[in-house]
Amino acid sequence: MTSLIRVENVSKRFTPRLTLGEKIAAALGQPIETRTVHAVDGVDLDIRKGEVLGLVGESGCGKSTLGRVIAGIHHPSEGSALLDGTPVMSTRHGKTTTRVQMVFQDPFASLDPRIRVGETIAEGPIAHDLVERREAAVYVTRWLEAVGLPADAAGRFPHQFSGGQRQRVAIARALAMQPDVLVCDEPVASLDVSIQAQIVNLFLKLRRDLGLTMLFISHDLSVVRHISDRVAIMYLGRIVETGPTEGIYRAPRHPYTRALLDSVPRLVTDSAELVTFKPIAGELPSPLAPPPGCHFHLRCAKAQPRCRLDIPARTPCGAGRDVACHFPLEDR
Amino acid sequence: MEPTSPFGRFWQEFRQNRIALGALIVVALIVLIAVLSPWITPQNPYDLSNLVLTDARRPPGFIGSKGFTHWLGTDAQGRDLFSAILYGLRISIQVGLVAGALAFAIGVTLGTFAAYLGGRIEALIMRVIDLQLSFPAILLALVLAAVLGQGKGPLIAALVTAQYAYFARTAHGAASAERSKEYVEAALSTPLPPRRVVFRHILPNCLPPLIVVATVQIANSIALEATLSFLGLGLPVSEPSLGMLIANGFQYMLSGRYWISIYPGVALIVLIVAINLVGDQIRDQLNPRLRR
Amino acid sequence: MTAPLLQVENLATHFMTRSGPLKAVDGVSFSVQPGEIVGLVGESGSGKSVTGFSILGLIDPPGRIAGGSVKLAGEELVGLPPSALRAIRGRRISMVFQDPSATLNPVLTIGHQMRLAIEAHETVGEKAARDRAAEALLRVGIPDAARRLDAHPHQFSGGMRQRVAIAIALLNRPALIICDEPTTALDVSIQAQILTEMKALARDLGTAMIWISHDLATVSSIASRLLVMYAGRIIEEGPVADVLRAPHHPYTAGLLASLPANAEPGQDLVQIPGSTPSLFALPPGCAFSPRCPHARPQCGTMPDLVREGARGVRCHFPLEIRGRA
Repeated sequence: MTSLIRVENVSKRFTPRLTLGEKIAAALGQPIETRTVHAVDGVDLDIRKGEVLGLVGESGCGKSTLGRVIAGIHHPSEGSALLDGTPVMSTRHGKTTTRVQMVFQDPFASLDPRIRVGETIAEGPIAHDLVERREAAVYVTRWLEAVGLPADAAGRFPHQFSGGQRQRVAIARALAMQPDVLVCDEPVASLDVSIQAQIVNLFLKLRRDLGLTMLFISHDLSVVRHISDRVAIMYLGRIVETGPTEGIYRAPRHPYTRALLDSVPRLVTDSAELVTFKPIAGELPSPLAPPPGCHFHLRCAKAQPRCRLDIPARTPCGAGRDVACHFPLEDR
Repeated sequence: MEPTSPFGRFWQEFRQNRIALGALIVVALIVLIAVLSPWITPQNPYDLSNLVLTDARRPPGFIGSKGFTHWLGTDAQGRDLFSAILYGLRISIQVGLVAGALAFAIGVTLGTFAAYLGGRIEALIMRVIDLQLSFPAILLALVLAAVLGQGKGPLIAALVTAQYAYFARTAHGAASAERSKEYVEAALSTPLPPRRVVFRHILPNCLPPLIVVATVQIANSIALEATLSFLGLGLPVSEPSLGMLIANGFQYMLSGRYWISIYPGVALIVLIVAINLVGDQIRDQLNPRLRR
Repeated sequence: MTAPLLQVENLATHFMTRSGPLKAVDGVSFSVQPGEIVGLVGESGSGKSVTGFSILGLIDPPGRIAGGSVKLAGEELVGLPPSALRAIRGRRISMVFQDPSATLNPVLTIGHQMRLAIEAHETVGEKAARDRAAEALLRVGIPDAARRLDAHPHQFSGGMRQRVAIAIALLNRPALIICDEPTTALDVSIQAQILTEMKALARDLGTAMIWISHDLATVSSIASRLLVMYAGRIIEEGPVADVLRAPHHPYTAGLLASLPANAEPGQDLVQIPGSTPSLFALPPGCAFSPRCPHARPQCGTMPDLVREGARGVRCHFPLEIRGRA
């Protein structure tokens, strides 16, 4: 298996700029609280050619930031995201490749409201000489059809479409760049339930037809299970577990993965069934001040003194899986 | 049929406000009359050979020696006031529009690129602009007009310098907000060339607040030009703009020859109020908080 | 059967718009028994939230309650003057919103806000109010409650803020809480905590709830009875487990079938074609008919909501029932 995308030791920190007053105070020797957020903290990750990798985690865990580093929107603070061995971004010129494209969560925000759909789809390919300007209309029609939209959609504005149709437009825009890798950040989260299935099916079809490699970022564990070959679980900026989807869902090794899976409400079809959750105790710690050692130890039922001190490394645990835990779970 | 383009929908809503629509018609009429003034005025007030001194300071309705009626009277040089007002409007609108457009172009480019580039460049540009905004525009314009001398060019330069900062501030604020939106991220991840991201995507989405500022600033630059001319720092005396007409007539106010000052003043007020009414409606329509 | 706590009859809420009246809620009838948790499920535009707001009389112009009745323990609420409605809101019926910042004032401490909420309905001493507030916070699982009363909303995390909002809703021991997507903005692990706690609270205090959500799985884990809305009408109702096991309306069946949990990984999901209809351009008759695989010419007329035992369905050709016939 060859890796198409290789994420090497990527960290992304956000430091809010100090105000003038704070700078003066700092210059005068006053200790100033730094509010650096370690959104992504030393992540290694491979995405293999042709696979769909699901990236799962709760809000604030850094999954969207990691996706944006891979898609070439954010410069990593350390490390780099490589496509076929070449960095996706250069310090000087920003994003250097068109082979990684992105689909965003909210199609109401990700399409420029003042630009007709046809131009939205065509402008990237024209700017990168994938298509001649005079052949753009035919080209746009082709991609509109690929995502299940009529050709006359090109002449309309985003507000004339429903949420599901807009997301199709956003997908067509990404596909028209003829990418090898598609980074999808919560692409169905803002859609109605009856529309989610349509978009999930579209992704399945595109993957079959175009052989796309995908990073599918979502907090919805059931959607990720449905669409992904492998999953990576993220907690507070670090990846805690990766492996083939079925294995992880059947027998999670990391206590956090287990707790997450236990938190998902299931459909109750038997009135005698008593619904019980085993909720994770406590709150997600602030990414401004993550706990030392294993980030999860404060909420972990199995935490030992060692977990407060040492950061667990990702260790292979068989069947193509690895887990970052000092005391991984066994099969149930 | 429901119009689908953003502009079509905007116009549909705009014309439902009678007052704003009326104000827009007034603005359009004034502009039209001002543009056509050489063909509809009985006299060229800037041609000194046309002026008859014996006809000076005559009240409205006076039939002059050239045989036509001075409906709004004449000024101290014997100019037909109606003609002078139209020519004055022409200059005022011309100066206001050109200065407004230049200030818009310079300010918006600076503000938008500052927001797009961020970092030190942004800080530098915006601090200079903040510094300038802390001086009153009239003071800057006065100093510049005094230094650069009389004439249209220096006047426009003074107005632009006094006003571009407002556009830059507004553009910077709007563009900073747009910069963090997902459609800009989408453009960056394509990636589209920076120029296209700024001019095709960010800028058009910043236009709503800028259009509002533009209407206000055009009205302001017309008023500012009138003020400078009133103070004698604007255009030459031989080509009086509205401000100078008012200034020239001012000394006759107490002697009962009100028309020399009042009529140019009324023309100025009508123009500025009408532009502001149009601007108010545009602002109300573009302000999402006032929308239902 | 005991007398219902809440009886909604033929409720209609319309919004006056430039393109004509928009019937957000169009003839909705249901009842809530004391202590019962009723799930109200629908997609965006189905009228589920507007139904919740209408019960409390929280409809602002251009919207208005165009008809029908809402009876709380036999007392009619529709048409009551605002002052009388205010006396009921927060005391006998309270509401929890998706976004807790809709409830919480950012500049007041939690304790202050909770005292105001108590004092809106009765006169109590400061000490008594504080004790009651601390007790309510403790009940929703906020540790160190007495000290947290002096904190401002921004000092709480999202999940904690929602807990505070729930605590405020509980303060005056209302008989009914209307919860509008209270866990949608929260992470699954926090959602699981809150679902567990809300369920225990309802049981311990005997509080009835209307749980509004778009998520069938969440509703099924807390509610005992389910109402499914589509385009302003209830199209199916019944005990949660029964409806989810054997839906009668093709829309409910389609929704269930489209869930990834009900499909083999990697296989195409069952999808409902088309998109949710615009309330401005509803088809004649059954609003779901253009998307329905079983639609026939008769569906051009509006079917009645037919109740049979605990179940009810608004369809000319209901599933299962038709299968048996």
